[in-house]
Amino acid sequence: MPAIEVKGLDKRFGPIHAVRNVSFSVQQGEVLGFLGPNGAGKSTTMKMITGFLEPTDGTVLVNGHDVLTDPIRVKASIGYLPEGAPAYGEMTVRRFLEFVAEIRGYKGAEQRQRVDRVVELVHLDGVLNQTVETLSKGFKRRVGVAQALLHDPQVLVMDEPTDGLDPNQKHEVRSLIKEMAEHKAIVISTHILEEVDAVCSRAIIIAAGQILFDGTPEELKSQSESGDYDDAFRAITSRFYAGQGEATQS
Amino acid sequence: MNNNVSAVLKRELYGYFHTPVAYVFIIIFLFLTGIFCFYLGAFYERGQADLEPFFHFHPWLYLFLIPAISMRLWSEERKTGTIELLMTLPITVTDAVLGKFLAAWCFTAVALALTFPIWITVNYLGDPDNTVILAGYLGSLLMAGGFLAIGSCISALSKSQVIAFVISVVICFLFILSGFPLVLDFFQGWAPQALVDVIASLSFLTHFDSINKGVIDLRDLIYYLVLISFWLYANVVVIDARKAL
Repeated sequence: MPAIEVKGLDKRFGPIHAVRNVSFSVQQGEVLGFLGPNGAGKSTTMKMITGFLEPTDGTVLVNGHDVLTDPIRVKASIGYLPEGAPAYGEMTVRRFLEFVAEIRGYKGAEQRQRVDRVVELVHLDGVLNQTVETLSKGFKRRVGVAQALLHDPQVLVMDEPTDGLDPNQKHEVRSLIKEMAEHKAIVISTHILEEVDAVCSRAIIIAAGQILFDGTPEELKSQSESGDYDDAFRAITSRFYAGQGEATQS
Repeated sequence: MNNNVSAVLKRELYGYFHTPVAYVFIIIFLFLTGIFCFYLGAFYERGQADLEPFFHFHPWLYLFLIPAISMRLWSEERKTGTIELLMTLPITVTDAVLGKFLAAWCFTAVALALTFPIWITVNYLGDPDNTVILAGYLGSLLMAGGFLAIGSCISALSKSQVIAFVISVVICFLFILSGFPLVLDFFQGWAPQALVDVIASLSFLTHFDSINKGVIDLRDLIYYLVLISFWLYANVVVIDARKAL
């Protein structure tokens, strides 16, 4: 059974057709990179996987649980870093993590252990007693990552986990993802193509809500003559947009 | 109360007391209750040992102060994006709505409890019927709950706290007014008497006044509990509907 199974996902916001019949599955041990231009439907798809948005059509199974009929089970087994890593600004980092741990069902000593573990994992020791709103963008992002890892989830969904981090921090988060990869199914979205090479075992390119490419990083590279990710990405997306132009003309 | 409700409740209360919101609200609330009671209510001049002039102005104070508390409940979560964090944690919408509402209600209870000097004053000056005063506090707290439930639901509709505030005030105002001739006369001419009675019975004031007189009628309690449940249910529906938008 795949850890995540996305089946015919479709989402319309009024006249905008944001996600069109997207299907894929992710196995344990896979790190799936979700690529695409801005506004391609990456975040919307992730929001549907994690049960924040309801699909117009189709559904998602996480560890066999349907997000539409069993959202709480799904949410309990996913760790999710939403776009922009939102957190309650007036809370200190420690209190914030304790709050998330409490809702995840941890109390007392176990709660302390869980919080201490993720604090060490993403290096938050220095800012534990600072309020979230006073943190730099990089630290905020790490708080978001910490929150997603609290319950050591089998499924990890992260929307642009390295956005706004400096090169050292990026490297750290990527190594963290690689370390965890073996025991988890991970989906990350990014528009940084080098990230695919650095951490992903598989890449999906999505544009205008449709999947244009689904394969390994090597396969992606071979889409261009130069063997370069940027060229491959451009080749795939421009082929798609050119095709769309013809479709509207005819 | 389950674990998730109390987790949200604690977080919200933490939010109140770690921002200026709580302190500003409590100070303004105490200041205004004092002014209304002593000047407009003629607390001393009446020469009666009761808190009628104190409670009399609560509906009007709540009309503006309660929406100021409730406007942030959901609007702020939408604005800052934390709603996405909250609603992707394993918590039901109902638990989140309840936790937030109860936190706001506890907070107003604290503000209300801090008016105790006036209770001491009236006991020092005379010999009031303290059960009537207790009933007055209960009625006031229930009414605050009604206002809060309305405000919480409305704040789920908009990202903007200003919009949430204004619309909440208007709806609360209608709930206060519905017992007044102004509104009733409008219906009297053409609507059946039964409907007019229903509208009149929806008014906050009708139910508040009777509790305020020391008569705790089961119907008044049920009125407030039904009102609160209805608006909280609507709140859950609004949050749920947003998922499908």
